[in-house]
Amino acid sequence: MAAELHVELVAADRSVWSGEANLVIARTTSGDIGVMPGHQPLLGVLESGPVTIRTAEGTVVAAVHGGFISFADDQLSLVAEVAELADEIDVKRAERALERAKSEADAAAERRADVRLRAVTGVH
Amino acid sequence: MGAQLRVYKRRIKSVTATKKITKAMEMIAASRIVKAQRQVAASTPYASELTRAVTAVATGSTTKHPLTTEAESPVRAAVLLVTSDRGLAGGYSSNAIKAADKLTAQLRAEGKEVVHYIVGRKGVAYYGFRERPVADSWTGFTDSPVYADAKKVAGPLIEAVLRDTAEGGVDELHIVFTEFVSMMTQTPVEKRLLPLSLEATAEADTSAADAAVSAVKDKILPLFDFEPSAEGVLDALLPRYVESRIYNALLQAAASEHAARRRAMKSATDNAEELIKSLTRLANAARQADITQEISEIVGGASALADATAGSDR
Repeated sequence: MAAELHVELVAADRSVWSGEANLVIARTTSGDIGVMPGHQPLLGVLESGPVTIRTAEGTVVAAVHGGFISFADDQLSLVAEVAELADEIDVKRAERALERAKSEADAAAERRADVRLRAVTGVH
Repeated sequence: MGAQLRVYKRRIKSVTATKKITKAMEMIAASRIVKAQRQVAASTPYASELTRAVTAVATGSTTKHPLTTEAESPVRAAVLLVTSDRGLAGGYSSNAIKAADKLTAQLRAEGKEVVHYIVGRKGVAYYGFRERPVADSWTGFTDSPVYADAKKVAGPLIEAVLRDTAEGGVDELHIVFTEFVSMMTQTPVEKRLLPLSLEATAEADTSAADAAVSAVKDKILPLFDFEPSAEGVLDALLPRYVESRIYNALLQAAASEHAARRRAMKSATDNAEELIKSLTRLANAARQADITQEISEIVGGASALADATAGSDR
């Protein structure tokens, strides 16, 4: 069994993160899914949610909004319309967006802002 | 100053002013090509990953889906034409329009009804002037499109593809845009996005996507586990695929537009320089003619005076 899998996290307009990982946890429409090296080929639809990539050096967390996870031959790709790494997220802006979404009762925007904040704080 | 000389001087001044403008536009366009090219490159990983996933589903499952299966007798086809918002870009927009006309004629010959969707003010104006029906049009973003623009364009198109043919839905989706080959070459191309044909996917995509597809094709594809189901994945995947292809087309069209504008403005600047040179020569000749005339008038006047005084002395 290969010890690591290769991960490509790409957004519509750029490549966000790529590298080797031991474990990737993402949220699909039917629940959280964890992928380790040697997993069965998989193609799933992602929900708005955090993605955790565990590497030898540490853990990378990203907020992902819509997209796909596909895995085959220890090659994993996360394809999202919008994806941000936790350390790229502007917490103040996300908080403001959350407030605004709450006051406007915009459920989708509220969820997006919430996912961003949780990706930063690490509370899933 | 003679009248002729004054006319030349005025024309030189006006051509110089025009040259300054075209030179500035040339430089702006040149700087934007680089930015547009970078955007095309940045969007490539997304497109190639999506293409890989679509290929995987399409070959790895036997699911029938309106977006992948070919209609038995297609009656209607949608053509998305990408032109520019602004002119002064040489033949950029008209070449794309010509390519769309050709495709339309070809589709009509095959007995299909053609529905037009247009991006860019130039295309809209062309169709408006000829009173041709347009199903939908979008303007205002052709020089620097973002992903949201592609989504806006893709929405009604996907909706039209999913709708039943009897209710005005379309069976095929074609796109006509200008491919950015190099700084000097941009060619209008037509591609069929839907229904998906895998050979076309492999051929038509950008080189990076090409590599991904052929890499997938070389191997025997593994059996995929679909989450939640093959239909669910296809339902969600194909609209994204169309969006990303439209996004890529818009970005390439933007890069081509800037390249076409740069070339058009460069030749305008060159022509202005040429014109200034020849006008300066003419102005010099006119000035010289003026001086010659003045001298001959003075000489003529002086000798006439001398003749007159010599006559009165006698």
